[in-house]
Amino acid sequence: MTTVSITAARPDVRARVQARPSPALRDVASIAGRALRAVPRELETVIPPIFIALFFFIVNIGTLQRLTESHLKGFDIKAFMLPTAILLGVTGVSRAGSLVLDIQSGYLDRLLLTPVRRLAILIGHMLADVAIACTLMVPILGLALGLGVRLQSGPGGALVFLLMGCAWSLAFAGFGYAIALKTGNPAAVNSSFLLFFPFLFMTSSYVPRAQLSGWLGSIAAWNPVTYVLEGLRSLVTGGWQWDSLVKAVLAIAAVGVVSMSLCLAALRGRTRRG
Amino acid sequence: MTLLQAETDTGREAVGVIADTCEAIRAERLVRRFDGVTAVDEVDLHIRRGEIYGFLGPNGAGKSTTVRVLCTLLSPTAGRAVVAGYDVAAEPEEVRLRIGVALQEAALDPRQTGIELLRLQGRLYGLPRTVIGRRLADLGDLIDIGDALARPIGTYSGGMRRRLDLAAALVHDPEVLFLDEPTTGLDPVSRARMWEEVRRLNRELNVTIFLTTQYLEEADELADRVGIIHDGRLVAEGTPDELKRSVGNDVIVAHVDGSAEASRIAVEPLAGVRSVEARGEELIVTATDGAATIGPVAVALSSVAPVRHLTLRTPTLDDVFLEVTGNHIQSGEPSENEPTRRDGTEAGS
Repeated sequence: MTTVSITAARPDVRARVQARPSPALRDVASIAGRALRAVPRELETVIPPIFIALFFFIVNIGTLQRLTESHLKGFDIKAFMLPTAILLGVTGVSRAGSLVLDIQSGYLDRLLLTPVRRLAILIGHMLADVAIACTLMVPILGLALGLGVRLQSGPGGALVFLLMGCAWSLAFAGFGYAIALKTGNPAAVNSSFLLFFPFLFMTSSYVPRAQLSGWLGSIAAWNPVTYVLEGLRSLVTGGWQWDSLVKAVLAIAAVGVVSMSLCLAALRGRTRRG
Repeated sequence: MTLLQAETDTGREAVGVIADTCEAIRAERLVRRFDGVTAVDEVDLHIRRGEIYGFLGPNGAGKSTTVRVLCTLLSPTAGRAVVAGYDVAAEPEEVRLRIGVALQEAALDPRQTGIELLRLQGRLYGLPRTVIGRRLADLGDLIDIGDALARPIGTYSGGMRRRLDLAAALVHDPEVLFLDEPTTGLDPVSRARMWEEVRRLNRELNVTIFLTTQYLEEADELADRVGIIHDGRLVAEGTPDELKRSVGNDVIVAHVDGSAEASRIAVEPLAGVRSVEARGEELIVTATDGAATIGPVAVALSSVAPVRHLTLRTPTLDDVFLEVTGNHIQSGEPSENEPTRRDGTEAGS
C-alpha cells in the first residue's frame, strides 16, 4: 500500500451549535407529531377501516335485527354489534405501513443516525396510532348513538369504552410493527390484518357466546377477542360489570405482551443489522 | 498520547484523551462481514480534523459499508473505529451527535415537506426552536429551493433532494461529514455546485469530510487525500498528486491493431520507460519524460503492429487504480439528465 504524509489540521474557527440528546418525551412527541402530520396526506390508510366498520355495522343490523330480536328476548342487536364495529374499525390501524416506507426510502436510517432513542421511534408511531384509533371510534360511536344505542355505564363508561378500544388497537398494532421491522415488506404488513380475521369471527362477534355451536364456542372461549368484545358490551348493555372488564383488560394485556415482545425483538434485530 | 495508549485508561478519561487528538476518524484493522462475505477487510484510516478524504473505489468495493460502520449504522465485525473522538461501537450516541451523514440514496421521507423534515431533524438533535430557525437561515443558500421547501419532498427533482439531504445532514453543525457518493446521478451543473459546497464547508467551517466516490475526477478535485479501496481492502493512500506520481510522471496510451502483448515486448526495453501494461488492444506505458519517450515508442510500435491512436497525458487516478488493482475503475452511472433506454442501460453504451 502506498502511504504518504497528511495535511496539517486547521484550527476550528467558530463556535458550533451544541447538539445533544433530546429528553425522551420530546423524542416521542417529535416522532408522533411527524406520524400524525402524515395522516391527512394519506387518508387512504384511515378511510377504508372506518368505511368497513360503518358498513358492516349497518348491514349486520339490517340482516340480523329481526332474527335475533324476535328469538332472544330483550336482545338489542344495535348495542350488541357496536363493539364488533369498533374492533373492526380500530384493529390493524397503525403506521406500520409508513415505517416500511421509511425503511425502503432509507429515512429510517436517517432517524437512526440521529441521537433519537430507538424505542422512541416505536413509541412515537404507536402514540400516533392511539390518537388515530380514538378519532376513528368517534363516528362509529356517533352513529350508534344516533341509532338509539345508549351506554348503560354512562359517560364514564363511554370514556372507558374508548380507552379499551384504543388499548386493543395498540396491542394489535404491535404485530404490524413487528412484521414491518422484521421484513421491511409492505405486502407482509398489509396482510397482517388477515391475522385478525380468525380472531374476530371465531368469537361472539355476531351472536352471544351461548348461542355459538359447540366447536365454535370452545374456540371462542380461548379467543382473547371474545373477552374484549364482552368487556366492551358490558359497558353498553350491562353497566359496570367488573368481572367482564377485568377479563377484557387481561385479554388486551396478554395480546399486548405477545405483540410488543415480538415488536421489540424485531426493533433490536433491525437496529443491530443496520 | 496515542489511541492505543489511551485504551489502557478507563471510562471518560480515556475518551477525553482520544478526543484531544487531531484525528477526526481513525480505524484500526476494521472488518465487516455479511454471512461470510467480507465487505470491509482490515481497513486502517487516519484522517485529520479539517481534512477532505476521498474514498475511491468501484461499485461493491466496500465504500458504503465502511461509511455505515463509521457512522454507527453497522457495528464492526472486528477491529475498531473512533470518529470525532468516540468509539463507534462503545459510544455510538456520542458519535451521532458529532457527525452528519448524506447516504448514497438521499434518505428522505417523500411525504414530508422539506421544512418539516429539517425542523424534525433539528428537534431530534435537541436544538431549541430558535437555534433551528437560525440554522435553517444559515443553510438557506445551500438548500436554495425557494418555495419548494413547503412542498412534499416527493415532488422534488433529484438535485433538490440531494441538496435537502445535505442540509439535513448539516442542521446540527457536525464536526465530521460523511458523504456517500454525493454526486451520483446528478447532472454536471448540480455536480459542480455540490463540489463547491463541499469545498466551502471544509474551508469556511472546518468540517472534516469523508467522501466516497467512484468518480476519479471528483476525488481528484476535492480530496486532500485519497484512499483507494478494492475488494474491501485499502490498497493505496495519499494526496492525488503523490498517488499519480507513484505511477510515473507521464502516461503514453497506444491503441494497436491486434494483441498489444507483442507491442509490450517491443516497448519495454526503451530508455525512459518505467512500466508497460498490455490490456487487449491497449498499451499503457508510463515514462519519466513522456515528451522524450513518445517518439521512440511510436517507432517501436509501428515495427510490430499498426498503431491506431497514440496519446500522451499526465497520470490520472485511474492509472493509479489500474496500477494497484489491475483494473480500470468503472463509473458508468448515468446522470439524471442523461437519456437511458427503457431497459435501464445508458443510451449510447
